[in-house]
Amino acid sequence: MSVAAQQQPGIKAATGAQREWRPPSYWPFVLPALIVVLAVIVFPWVFTIWMSLHEWKVGSPTVFVGLANYLRMPNDPRFVEAVWHTLVYTLLSVALPLIFGTLAAVVFHQKFPLRGFLRGIFIMPMMATPVAIALVWTMMFHPQLGVLNYLLSLVGLPAQLWVFHPATVIPSLVMVETWQWTPLVMLIVLGGLAAIPTEPYESALIDGASFWQMFRYITLPLITPFLFIAGMIRMIDALKSFDIIFAITQGGPGSASETINLYLYSVAFVYYDIGYGSAIALVFFVLIVVLAAVMLAMRQRMHWNEAGGGA
Amino acid sequence: MSARQILGKVGLAIAVFIIVSPAILFFIWMLSLSVKFEVDNASYPPVLIPERFAWVNYVTVLTSNRFVTYFFNTLIVTGTATLFALAVGVPAGYGIARMQAHRAAIVILIARITPGLSYLIPLFLMFQGLGLLGTLVPQIIIHLVVTVPIVIWIMIGYFETTPVELEEAALIDGATRWQVFRHVALPIARPGIAVAFILAVIFSWNNFVFGIVLAGRETRTLPVAVYNMISFDQLSWGPLAAAALLVTLPVLLLTVFAQRQIVAGLTAGAVKGG
Repeated sequence: MSVAAQQQPGIKAATGAQREWRPPSYWPFVLPALIVVLAVIVFPWVFTIWMSLHEWKVGSPTVFVGLANYLRMPNDPRFVEAVWHTLVYTLLSVALPLIFGTLAAVVFHQKFPLRGFLRGIFIMPMMATPVAIALVWTMMFHPQLGVLNYLLSLVGLPAQLWVFHPATVIPSLVMVETWQWTPLVMLIVLGGLAAIPTEPYESALIDGASFWQMFRYITLPLITPFLFIAGMIRMIDALKSFDIIFAITQGGPGSASETINLYLYSVAFVYYDIGYGSAIALVFFVLIVVLAAVMLAMRQRMHWNEAGGGA
Repeated sequence: MSARQILGKVGLAIAVFIIVSPAILFFIWMLSLSVKFEVDNASYPPVLIPERFAWVNYVTVLTSNRFVTYFFNTLIVTGTATLFALAVGVPAGYGIARMQAHRAAIVILIARITPGLSYLIPLFLMFQGLGLLGTLVPQIIIHLVVTVPIVIWIMIGYFETTPVELEEAALIDGATRWQVFRHVALPIARPGIAVAFILAVIFSWNNFVFGIVLAGRETRTLPVAVYNMISFDQLSWGPLAAAALLVTLPVLLLTVFAQRQIVAGLTAGAVKGG
């Protein structure tokens, strides 16, 4: 391999003496990765589109059915329900980490002893293996033996059924998701805080501004772009959330916590309905892209307003 | 020190305590569950520190359920997928950064947005057709979906910040592009490669969804093995928590010791992602 790699640029050097910085000469560096990306990312997409137009169940012949798989979705109550679950789950899993993550970033922006170490502890939930975490949360959610109901009883609150009741399952899962992903928002916002100059705060202090006023009128506007980025990443990840939900509830009780991703899993790998599963995968992807684009457009509009108002 | 300053310090200490406690308490409770006998785990009110420690839980996990096999499966899948990703991804990140090929970066973004399950359906059928199911090869290949984009993304960002002047000078002196990459760009990029390596290892190690579909009884990775313990083996809580802790321990240690790299990698990727 090393011989080939050395020969190739050797030839290039001989012919490329006059045209030194022409872009194409970097292609040999990109080529191997390009082949990998084509094989494991582009090919699966093309294959998925093709499969979504076919009636394909493992073990039976493939039949071209046009858009039938797509037309099935609006009339599939389980899919429609899964879309609602996904949207509710995502909305909560974006909003809560954004709020807590911003507060945590403001705190971690201060100087205090052991800050580096405590930040390391703080980001552990998002780096830890999701399935391992889900296992422990399942034990903590246990209605009789779980530590959460014990903690509630300490402050005089009634015991909950947590993930074992349809009404509380999604909020409980959102709690895990929030616990897990608040650190990412914190890190992004912390990056934003680091970029803010100290002068505005100094003059605000002289003018006698309160902590809250400084946060509201100096900090918040300046970190808004970072909040948008954090919110966007959070939204994409919350829409795709799988490990935690699958390991804790498998979409249950009943189908009360079944999101699109979990339903997609069932269709493709429990019922082996490959054609319909592929169609759901595509619609799901389009939904994610559209929602991300909407957020980007919102950000663009805010830029306009800021530019207009600030002038 | 004025009263107001003291009040501020106390307030900050309380705020730090409130913010960090959910993470600390969770992992302490995880540890507690893993070192308790069934009697203590089933007692009400719950016991934090038992009178007798059930270290035997760890012995149970390490000796049964092919835990060692699954550990080496994970090591092979994660190790191969990460090293391969570095081999193709570092040069690619270099090439994309120097060509300023922003469209190529969009492909990586799309890979980031796509749900993992979308890759699974076609690749599962392909592996089935090739008769590869039952070996570790399908999992190694599909983990490239995780590792390659991470490496390329971080390396693009890193190479964009390293100076081009030195490379130009080397080219004028008659070095080939490969020599420039190998002897000028690569040594400077070592910190970036470390970040890419660490993040690729963590996200590949943690991956669960690919394993539940592609892994057979012999080829499970640790996250899948732990999941199967919950659903089928009906173990008691102590050994289960011990298994969970063992699975995630390498990642937690990496998080604490390589915190600076992880933070740098995540925020760089995130900020660029917008």
